[in-house]
Amino acid sequence: MVTSRMSSAMRMKKEKNAACGENGNEPVQCDEMHVLAVDDCLIERKVIEKLLKTNFFKVTTVDSAERALEVLGFHEEQSTCAASNAFKVNMIITDYCMPGMTGYDLLKKVQETKCLKEIPVVIISSENVPQRITSCLAGGAKDFIIKPLKLADVTKLKGHIKPPKDVVSTSANASSSGPVSSKRKISSGRARGKMSERRPRVGGLTSV
Amino acid sequence: MAVSQMQQRYINFTTSLFQEGFVDEQFTQLQQLQDESNPDFVAEVVCLFFEDSEKLLGDLSKTLNQEPVDFKRVDGCVHQFKGSSSSIGARRVMNTCVTFRAFCQDKNREGCLYCLQQMKQECYLVKNKLETLFQLEKQIVEAGGTVPMAE
Repeated sequence: MVTSRMSSAMRMKKEKNAACGENGNEPVQCDEMHVLAVDDCLIERKVIEKLLKTNFFKVTTVDSAERALEVLGFHEEQSTCAASNAFKVNMIITDYCMPGMTGYDLLKKVQETKCLKEIPVVIISSENVPQRITSCLAGGAKDFIIKPLKLADVTKLKGHIKPPKDVVSTSANASSSGPVSSKRKISSGRARGKMSERRPRVGGLTSV
Repeated sequence: MAVSQMQQRYINFTTSLFQEGFVDEQFTQLQQLQDESNPDFVAEVVCLFFEDSEKLLGDLSKTLNQEPVDFKRVDGCVHQFKGSSSSIGARRVMNTCVTFRAFCQDKNREGCLYCLQQMKQECYLVKNKLETLFQLEKQIVEAGGTVPMAE
């Protein structure tokens, strides 16, 4: 039986305008969302961009953490931003391993900058290194995803997005970057669960 | 040839690509992402990958033939290649990268040179396979049919 090619992207586009959010948060209109994706590999940027566009309205891709900080309006000298979150980025997704400034370095820089620290940061990596995952999550990353990024991963990312309005952080806010909250522990568990989901056939840890 | 025969041939060919490990579920994902707004998405990404692979393979060849070998640089190249091949679902190419990195870490030049040959071979094979796949798709579309989603 021959069937026409389905497009998951098509289905997701129909859902793009639907409110999203989880755990009692204020519903977020996904077509107002802007994601900044950081990866030094062109092919990976192309794929990530396409994946993200199925779920987010606007995607900006850059090839380095340094460039990402420029886009975010960060000024090294003043450790501040030209305009608070100049491009209105609602989430940063960054590769871990990049020449120069790593994804972890970017995470730390975002966390320690007043006008940027509310932006959720998700780290992606091709390497399943538990120590790396732990340190990224402990360092404030909302999630750690093993590459390659899949549509299912992107759908889950919607839960990390802050609403576009200036919502005051509360204990119910999933994207809070305050003290370690139950949400962060859930994210940790999710990342670990993700590892076992991704590699069900591996009993221990995969070293590549 | 009738459209239904072309479609069956396409399905059989796609199935063999998966069974022989040339591509994996990530490639299916790319196909699922393709839509009217970007009808050549898969072909474009695949084309970019092979352009990039030529440069990387050239760089690797040059670096491995220098004395002394800069294994850190070799590893960096292979790491990048692993990422990009994994992104498009080129499973066999990606697997050679894994072996290659192990030889890099052992600073085993002969092992690396062997892997480089393997890598070139796998790239050549998957490139031909994917070119055939795109050709089959084109024939179906030109005959007025729709490209099936083969599992």
